[in-house]
Amino acid sequence: MNFLKRFYTWLIFAFLYAPIVVLIVFSFNDSKSRGSWDGFTLKWYLELFQDREILTSLYYTLAIAIISSLIATLIGTIAALAIHNMKKVQKTVVMNVTYLPVLNPDIVTGISLMLLFIFIQLPLGFFSLLLAHITFNIPYVILSVLPKIKQLNKHLYEAALDLGATPIHAFQKVILPEIMPGIITGFLLAFTLSLDDFVISFFTTGSGVSNLSITIYSMARRGIHPTINALSTLLFLAVLVLLIVVNNRISKDNNAKERVA
Amino acid sequence: MRMKWVAYPYLVWAVLFTVVPLFLILFYSVLQQTDNGWRFTWEFFQKCTQPIYLKVLWRSVYLAFLSTLVCLLLGYPMAMILSNMQLSKKNFFVLLFVIPMWMNFLLRTYAWMTLLERKGLINTVLGYLHLPSLNILYTDQAVILGMVYNFLPFMVLPIYAVLDKMDKSLIEAANDLGANNFTVFRKIIFPLSIPGVLSGITMVFMPAVTTFVISRLLGGGQYTLIGNLIEQQFLVTGDWNFGSALSIIMMILILLSMSVMSRYEKENEGGMLW
Repeated sequence: MNFLKRFYTWLIFAFLYAPIVVLIVFSFNDSKSRGSWDGFTLKWYLELFQDREILTSLYYTLAIAIISSLIATLIGTIAALAIHNMKKVQKTVVMNVTYLPVLNPDIVTGISLMLLFIFIQLPLGFFSLLLAHITFNIPYVILSVLPKIKQLNKHLYEAALDLGATPIHAFQKVILPEIMPGIITGFLLAFTLSLDDFVISFFTTGSGVSNLSITIYSMARRGIHPTINALSTLLFLAVLVLLIVVNNRISKDNNAKERVA
Repeated sequence: MRMKWVAYPYLVWAVLFTVVPLFLILFYSVLQQTDNGWRFTWEFFQKCTQPIYLKVLWRSVYLAFLSTLVCLLLGYPMAMILSNMQLSKKNFFVLLFVIPMWMNFLLRTYAWMTLLERKGLINTVLGYLHLPSLNILYTDQAVILGMVYNFLPFMVLPIYAVLDKMDKSLIEAANDLGANNFTVFRKIIFPLSIPGVLSGITMVFMPAVTTFVISRLLGGGQYTLIGNLIEQQFLVTGDWNFGSALSIIMMILILLSMSVMSRYEKENEGGMLW
């Protein structure tokens, strides 16, 4: 039985990782075909760093991800504070609208935004892409910040006011530090979602502006090329590093909670 | 704290970029632009019921259903194995499950292109072993494979979350009372894990039925799934009315299945990935 379990686990993990491992290994293959191994090379990485198309899309991906997640974090955090103080009916309505981009299929969100941009005659490009990313990022920020606000002890804020703090000062010193973990989680979530998005970007961008996902898609449609393997390897490493950082953050957060409790 | 006005920037944003665009889709699905203004018509929804398009719709649901089924059959045992691991090992293996999910899904799909290619690695290995070659790239099997590969973690993780929280003493009690392993599974483990199974099914079925990338890269033909059909209408054919009608149908399909699932989920909370 134990052997069977171990065998099954290995099988599933082989299924999950084999394609990624193959991509990584073949990014160092001198031969252009996937069938044979012609020796170790770094030439695909060199080619990658000279590929203007890929470098431009990397620039757009990062720019859009940073700007959109910052703006979404700002708008989302303020919105979460306001939503928390709403009356029940109002709150239900606003939360349902907030859930819409989360629940709606990406392709519908993408198309609906494309229709809007064309309708208001906003040229499709960097700015429309940015607006789309902010739009689908805000709900995730709200959903990460709201639980933290619910945990707040509202008497603390009142106590600060009673002790003579101005509302802004009280907000800075009492509320903000308490909800900060939720804000940072929301920001990281928004950032990674923006980095990874393909479908919504695909419909809301114009010619000349594409993020990495769109470039990969158009390259993959043209066929297989080893530079994509090199790109995958680098992105996989980036994801691993990011994941380790986030994981450390979460466990630190949990440890802090245990110490308080 | 009375700061209601601070909600306005978000409310304006949400109305402008979430609500209005959806109304635009609704608008285009029933209104046609003619020389003298807009004309109301059901024509575009009627077009969706033409046999070729019904076939596409049916195919999308069928392929998504099959991949969900495969994910469930592969994923449930895996979730059980994970939940029975020692604590130290458990976290590591769950993390291993999450890592591929963080990789760009286009690259995950692309990886299968290189593996399944006619002269790809799988066929080279099969050739060395003197086995017949496998030519499933650009077929439905490849699409299902791509879906299962991309969405398997979405099935395993919710089921694992529920199984992990399950009160283990129930299982011991059943064993003490003389139930064999199969009975314990049938009477205790499986019924208690149903919320996880349901959210797993939702989380696999939804992206599978709406995808157009997996079918485009791994599948053959032009009109494989409803997602491809919608993409074609907007980016190639330019028939926004028909595309909008199709999008409305897709939305209804998703919202319906979601509401069915959430009715069960409300009774038993938990099992969500977030």
